[in-house]
Amino acid sequence: MTATDLGEISATTAAEHGVALLEGTTGPWELVVGLEVHVELQTRTKMWCGCSTSFGGDPNTNVCPVCTGQPGALPVVNEQAVQDATLLGLALNGEIAPVCRFHRKNYFYPDLAKNYQISQYDVPLVHDGWLDVDVPVGDDLVTRRVRIERLHMEEDTGKSLHVGSTGRLHGADRSLIDYNRCGIPLLEIVSRPDIHDPDTAQAYLRELQSIVRATGVSDARMEEGSIRCDANVSVRRPGDPLGTRTEIKNLNSVRSLGRAIAYEAQRQIAVLEDGGTIVMETRHWDEGRGVTETLRVKESVTDYRYFPDPDLVEITSPADKVEAVRARLPELPAASRARLHAAGVATHQASTIIVTGLLPAFDEAVAAGADASAAANWLVGDVAGQLSAEGVDFAGSGLTGTHVAELIALIEDGTLSTNLAKQVLTGMIQSRGAKGPAQIAKEQGLEQVSDEGELRGIVEQVVADNADTVAAIRGGNDKAIGALVGQVMKQTRGKADPRTTNQLLRELIGS
Amino acid sequence: MDVSALEVVEAHLQRILSVDGVDGDGDVWTAVGSDDLDQRDVHAYLHVTATAAREHAADVDRRRAAGEELGPLAGVPLALKDVLTMRGVPTTCGSRMLDGWVPPYDATVTERLRAADVVVLGKTNMDEFAMGSSTENSAYGPTRNPWDLGRVPGGSSGGSAAAVAGLMAPLAIGTDTGGSIRQPAALTGIVGAKPTYGTVSRYGLVAFASSLDQAGPFARTVEDAAQLQALIHGHDPRDATSITDTPADVLGTLRDGIEGLRVGVVTELQGDGYEPGVRRVFEQALERFERLGAKIVEVSLPHAGYGLPAYYLIAPSEASSNLARFDGVRYGLRVDAPTAEEMNAATRAAGFGPEVKRRIMIGTHALSSGYYDAYYLQASKVRTLIAQDFATAFEQADVLVSPTSPTVAFGLGDKTADPLAMYLNDVATVPASLAGIPALSLPAGTAEAPDAPDASLPVGLQIMAPLLRDDLMYRVGWAFERDLGFTPIPAGDTAVEVL
Repeated sequence: MTATDLGEISATTAAEHGVALLEGTTGPWELVVGLEVHVELQTRTKMWCGCSTSFGGDPNTNVCPVCTGQPGALPVVNEQAVQDATLLGLALNGEIAPVCRFHRKNYFYPDLAKNYQISQYDVPLVHDGWLDVDVPVGDDLVTRRVRIERLHMEEDTGKSLHVGSTGRLHGADRSLIDYNRCGIPLLEIVSRPDIHDPDTAQAYLRELQSIVRATGVSDARMEEGSIRCDANVSVRRPGDPLGTRTEIKNLNSVRSLGRAIAYEAQRQIAVLEDGGTIVMETRHWDEGRGVTETLRVKESVTDYRYFPDPDLVEITSPADKVEAVRARLPELPAASRARLHAAGVATHQASTIIVTGLLPAFDEAVAAGADASAAANWLVGDVAGQLSAEGVDFAGSGLTGTHVAELIALIEDGTLSTNLAKQVLTGMIQSRGAKGPAQIAKEQGLEQVSDEGELRGIVEQVVADNADTVAAIRGGNDKAIGALVGQVMKQTRGKADPRTTNQLLRELIGS
Repeated sequence: MDVSALEVVEAHLQRILSVDGVDGDGDVWTAVGSDDLDQRDVHAYLHVTATAAREHAADVDRRRAAGEELGPLAGVPLALKDVLTMRGVPTTCGSRMLDGWVPPYDATVTERLRAADVVVLGKTNMDEFAMGSSTENSAYGPTRNPWDLGRVPGGSSGGSAAAVAGLMAPLAIGTDTGGSIRQPAALTGIVGAKPTYGTVSRYGLVAFASSLDQAGPFARTVEDAAQLQALIHGHDPRDATSITDTPADVLGTLRDGIEGLRVGVVTELQGDGYEPGVRRVFEQALERFERLGAKIVEVSLPHAGYGLPAYYLIAPSEASSNLARFDGVRYGLRVDAPTAEEMNAATRAAGFGPEVKRRIMIGTHALSSGYYDAYYLQASKVRTLIAQDFATAFEQADVLVSPTSPTVAFGLGDKTADPLAMYLNDVATVPASLAGIPALSLPAGTAEAPDAPDASLPVGLQIMAPLLRDDLMYRVGWAFERDLGFTPIPAGDTAVEVL
């Protein structure tokens, strides 16, 4: 269900947000976008029963009479899900309804076990929130506010698998249904149509994802479907009423969201400038071809025959209960960003740390004595890079913030060069965090050689072997010293301390 | 004890074999289809669990002999309406739609009966998905009234009522949505009660109208009914609408008498449409209450007249949604077709009977956009008004009474062609359902039918009590029953011969 079903929409204008209009051949157009984001909650059990919500089990193993809609089975609200939804609602600056209830949304669909979805209709759990998002504009960041109309609770459906040549329902030999996902608590967060460019849409989704993760109510992984986004897109002439919108589904990444909106805006403008009209329809985003295409045309408004679910009772959220949940609110991304910025972390790095869920590791590293800027550099740079190459995330890597702090300390005290530190990091990742940096460095013989006595002989040999270069340096080509450092590094397999090496070279060359 | 549990069960199985037309092989007996139904058969049961019942009874006897602790109604046989699930035993709800479905779980009611060592004899016939007032809407053929095999036992729990009235079980469980326990109890001359909504768990009760459905007891005496209710009521965390309050102690005050109690006569529930015989028995009942020391007061439920139309919007609305899950995808009947949508439509067309289809269509219409406000919402408002009417009435009276049904048992087929005439049978029972209050029907005497002046058919008295005051309802019923001294055993030329 969309926000627009229940009342008048008040959209903002591009001008209010300082967003440029789109230039068509016949004049300027204003893009208007509203987003519907679904978040699967990470409660231990499902919305209406005690079945596990764990992802990726064998088909139909996490099911019971309740979630498969057996005759006679009844739903009972998962209190944890209500609390999590409330927490997220508060994080999105929303108001919590003191009393709300569940409705049935009736429609026939094979993977909908009861042939109705339990959802919220006239009174959602959360209404009237907002989110401030930082949108990159040139080299700057501009803050734009997107209002959130509602956040309501519902249940997820099962998944159909069509067996046959095409992989789609049409022409399939048979269809199989996995009800494991059936009844997993789902939140729908509906924004107002306050978005006027793809960048803001992307920033909104990213920020929402960060908030969801910060509150811990979901891992918000788009690839696993625990956060999903649909975009309602329309264009209009500045000052005109809202144009007809299309709904774009199958947006599997933040990047897709931006591309799809940009494409759809241009498509709609082209249709309108051609004298055509936009029909209200659901469109599918084809990532490979970079186009949206008709999925189904809404010839008439679907009649879901909403009515209050008589199997469930009202949810009450008295003020004291709401305040108890509010007390559990963690530091939210905006506050984290400000804190990191104040600690000397660059803005883009701060955002990355938060979006990628590295904040706890960062905080731990700093607490273990690491310099904030160095910790940020390592985490966002080599740590994230190597982990991504290995296909693991930080949480699953066995690494800790303390490891990172230790690694930085080994660089600072000269035990490791930056290059060696990268090799040590590789070793740590391979040991899945079982071994700390000092141990890895020692075991693999990666400690830097900074002992003058050990290095002097090698340096003398290099100077003797490279008379031309030495002459060049003495002749004023100071940069050429790098070549000699490189030679020393080569002979020590990278372990020579560059500073000591430099010092010794200069001493011997007398430059 | 002179009689063993196994002997009691065996006697009932023999009785079922002789009068119910159940064609058994001694193991699991399967009810015959309507075409094979013998004119003499009561056809109270759809499925008899003879082997399991014998095993359970033998186990009770063994444990009793060993001095082990037993449940409160250990060894007592019971008939279970086929709308409640019992693990491993087919549940059909009287519908072709659930042909072959064997539930993988026990209803809470079933679980509690097992825990009390009650021996379940089998599953009883019913109007399809509990929609009807005569048990003629069963896809497996109608049940007949043991008092007169040419007449209906009432519905939708007609099978359970007939099992008790026909001495095929001393106790039975029925479900009541708009009167489906009370009306068949009245028409078969037994005791049936709809407890306060929310006191008996609906978990495992295949839903007709969730906000109204309530399981309850059938028995031959008020005390037996109260005993059975005490066994099955109580909070169940698996049913969100289950009341957390401790249920009233329905046995503790049963014998306290009714001297000084105010018995309210509902003006709107005794007028036009009530057969003269029914009215006469009801008037005699009021005289009896006065003799017992109660004070008769006249009360009004001004919105009771809107009860029936409100009920026949709310119940079908909920049913249209509750029955959506029967689509051929997961269980029961499937009629194959090229696409999921066509399979779904073909399955529902073949699986549901005419009354169920009628109500699904009414409910779908009543909930559809543009009509919701006029129908469902308006009916919900009426419901609130009726609940308020009752609250006001209970300020003037401790309990309210009315005839349970405006008529005695009518002939098979008499009203099947006229759904509205059938719906009128619920006129006296529906208001209590809408308000969620407890209500009981017990035998108050016999009367002739308009079409059979010489017949002697049971007439039921309905006793309604305030929310959660089921104890008061049973107490008044017990005093009345004791004074009446009426033995509700079917007798007469067309009746089934008793043991």
